[in-house]
This record gives sequence, structure tokens and C-alpha cells, in this order.
Amino acid sequence: MRSVQDGAPLIGRRAVLAGGAAGLALAHSRALAQTFVRLPLGSSPRARALTKDFPQKGEMILQRSRPPLLETPFAVFDKGVLTPNDRFYVRWHYSDIPTTVDVDSFRLKVHGHVEHELSLSLSELMALPHVEMTAVNQCSGNSRGLFAPRVAGGEWGNGAMGNARWTGVRLSDVLKKAGVKPGSVQVRMHGLEKPPVAASPPFRKSLALDHAMDGEVMIAFAMNGEALPLLNGFPIRMVVPGWYATYWVKMLSDLEVLDKPDTNFWMATAYTIPDTPHADMMPGQTGVKFVPINKMVPRSFITNLQSGAKLPRQGKSLIRGIAFGGDEGVKTVELSLDGGRNWAAARLGKDEGKFSFRRWEADVTFPKPGDYMLQVRCTNTAGIVQPAVPNWNPAGFMRNVIESTRVTVA
Amino acid sequence: MKNLLARHCARFCVVAIAGLACLSEASAGAVPKLTTITVSLPDPLRQFQGADAAAINNNCLVCHSAGMVLNQPAMNKATWTVEVNKMINAFKAPVQKADVPAIIAYLVKHKGTR
Repeated sequence: MRSVQDGAPLIGRRAVLAGGAAGLALAHSRALAQTFVRLPLGSSPRARALTKDFPQKGEMILQRSRPPLLETPFAVFDKGVLTPNDRFYVRWHYSDIPTTVDVDSFRLKVHGHVEHELSLSLSELMALPHVEMTAVNQCSGNSRGLFAPRVAGGEWGNGAMGNARWTGVRLSDVLKKAGVKPGSVQVRMHGLEKPPVAASPPFRKSLALDHAMDGEVMIAFAMNGEALPLLNGFPIRMVVPGWYATYWVKMLSDLEVLDKPDTNFWMATAYTIPDTPHADMMPGQTGVKFVPINKMVPRSFITNLQSGAKLPRQGKSLIRGIAFGGDEGVKTVELSLDGGRNWAAARLGKDEGKFSFRRWEADVTFPKPGDYMLQVRCTNTAGIVQPAVPNWNPAGFMRNVIESTRVTVA
Repeated sequence: MKNLLARHCARFCVVAIAGLACLSEASAGAVPKLTTITVSLPDPLRQFQGADAAAINNNCLVCHSAGMVLNQPAMNKATWTVEVNKMINAFKAPVQKADVPAIIAYLVKHKGTR
């Protein structure tokens, strides 16, 4: 059995980074060879182990081993707009994840407020018309570790996101096959993931019926032309383009058409945001109305430079990265060399569809040696622009502040 | 400052097809064959350390590995108490009532704000 040691060393103890694990009662020889990455979080612990110990996954940042939280190392985003399946981030809520999925006996159940209950085999599901879309999947709490003040939860850097070409069938085609009864309001999605404790609220998420029937929401059986890795939801998962990944239910096994709004814990309590601009509030503020998290907002990143990089005074420096518009396409990406006082448009790469990452790049000549604060901002086709000031909310959701990268030109 | 940045497309050939639907019918042959899969997940062996760790090890590792806690930022007693109560009340974690003070004390001692 492979083993992993997750978790940074305890505060106040000497850092156990590469070896020196004598204090760990069950230290495994492989753990001694672990390498670590330092995430740009607001406070310690910032060190995270890099791991290759998860099935169908290459090197990932180990945020938590059980249930798995694996972050995509940020350098992966510099390689192209599609995130490879073996580097795509992983996030599970409960630890009882099936480790075997039999494709012959697997069924997707459709029930509730429908004319005909269905129990679809994978071949019956895949007999429906196929559709394809490139779309960003981003955890609601991506970048939570950068919140100030810090909040509890999965302490992600910026790598709880990925972009893939999804192939599947329309959710609307499945629902039409079952026949949605008049008076239906929502469709509830549930997968094979189970809590280790039977009393825990099962992880179920719901979409408004109109949204579920919009012809864009998909049930995907392929990701970048291949079967989904098990940890990304094999054999089928929801794809809800433009919406946060909490709705992209993995190992989808059950669709329930509801005639009343879903009030289960995962809709009414968890994954809710302040109903305010940028989901922003003050720490400790009371009387704030919370609503279920929903559409994504624009973000952009420099991918070929990290803070602290040294750039040459002579000639041009190529600066490049990725952007996405949230639930709309990318209209512009702009770069600032002076901490946001002046902005100039970057060149945009190929348009892979409005829900995809989009590459951008700019050739920059620095006027004089010194320190520069590079910033990048995306405006989407609805005119929504990234804010200059970070948002805050108690669950650490929906961060999309303009990113800053300090470089030295010499 | 604006003229410092080149603004003309050179490297990328922008394929701008106005009105191209994002959702397209997939071409034949794009469908992988799905085959039964069995994987094994690595075993999180780490336990909380120290003479005061029995309560947290006995109650908290049922649902999640120690790393979930160890990777959190330092938080004060009130915040840790909210977290422990969330596990009990929202997630129905089978935490022994008598162990709750020892769990919170461990978190505050090792992961408390200084």
C-alpha cells in the first residue's frame, strides 16, 4: 500500500521538509524522499508536499490525502490552454470514493417529478447525440489560502482550476427522455461519493430547471478526448459551463427532478456567498444575506513569471499567461507595469469558446532598471472587469482580484 | 507607458469565427471506449503527534487525514470551536462529547494564533 504524508509541519516545530521524520510514528520510506513546494499564501504553513502517488495523476500538490485534495502546480498552466488530465486538480468532499467502477453494471438513475423513471446504462446514455465544449472547471474556493484575514477550508493557491475539452450528452436530452412533469423547479444531482459516516448529509447539488434544460449543461464521459480519470469523476460527471465546480458533480449516478427548491445542506448552508457585489463583506459583519454560489467571474494570470523574477533591461521580455471570462468570453486582457496606473492591451490567443481559458501575451520593454509591479486584468464580453481590491467572505469563495507579480529589471 | 507594449498580433493567429457556438456536435471518432477501472488510493498514515493527541486522533481521522488540519492557518480558540462544532452538527461526525475539550485544546495549542 502506498502511503502519503499530508500536512505541513506543526507550527512552532522545526520544519520537517526533506527527511527528519523520526517523530512520525509510521513514517514510510517513500515519504522521506518527498519534495515540497511553497505556495504564495498569506501566512504559514505555506509548504505542501508534491506527490505522484495518486492513480492516473502525475505530480500534484498534496493539499489533503483523504478525501483527496490535489492542486495543479501553476507551471502547468503555462504549457497550453488545455490542462492535461493527469495534472487536473482533484477535490472530493467525502472519503468513501468507489475505487472500482464497472462500466457494464453502472447506471444513471433519473427519477422524481418525471413521467418515466430511467435507469440508463453507459451505452444507453452514450447513444444520445454527442456534444463537445471546452470549459474551465474552477473550485469555488480556488485561491482561498490568499484570503486576508485567512479563513478555514482547503487552503488552495491558484491551482484549483483547470480547462478541458469535454465530450458528452446534453442534460436536457436525458431529462426529455424521462419527461419532466409540469410544476418541476430544480434538478438535483448526486454521485457515487459517500460519507464515511452514514448520518452525514450526502453531497447533492441542484440546478434550476431552466438552467438544466439550456442545452449547454452536459453530462461528460470524456475529457480531452479520453475517459475521465477516476478522481475527476469516471465514468461520467456534470459539466456546468461558466459555473463553479461545486455543481459539476463527479461519478454522477442520480438525477432527481424536484417540484420544490432543494434545501439540503449543500445548497442551503454550504457553498453560499454574500449576496453583495464581488461576494464581498467585512469580517464579523452581521445581517448579510447569503445565496448559493453560482456564475464564475473573470480572472487572469501571468504564467511564465513568478514574483521575484529578474528580467533583462535590454530588449523585449515576453510576458504571457491565461485568462478566462467566467460565464462569458474574454473581451480584453490588459497588462500594467506600474501597479495598475496605466494599462495596455495584450494580444489574445486562439478563441476556444467563451468558457475556455484564453492565452494572452505581450512583448514588454522596460524603460529603466528597477522594481516593477506587473498586474494583469481581464474584462469579459459582458463588460465585467476584475476588481483591484480583493474580496472577503467567511468561506473564502470567488476570489478574482487583479493579480500582481513583482519583478526586478536589471 | 502604453507604447511599451506591442499591441499587434504577431505570434498568435486569432481564429475569430463570429457566432461560433461553444457547444458543438462532436465529430465521429472522438469518443473513447470506457472500460472498467480499478485504482488504489494511497493510505494517509500520518497521525497527530504529542502526548495530548489521543482525542484528536481517535475522533477526527475517521473522516479526514491529519493534513486537513495541519495545513490550516493559525486560528483562535473561538474559530477552532466553530470548526469542531461544524464537524459535529453539520457533518454528524461521531465525536465523543467528552473528547471535545481535548480536541479544541490540541488545536489551540498547536494551531492557535500567537
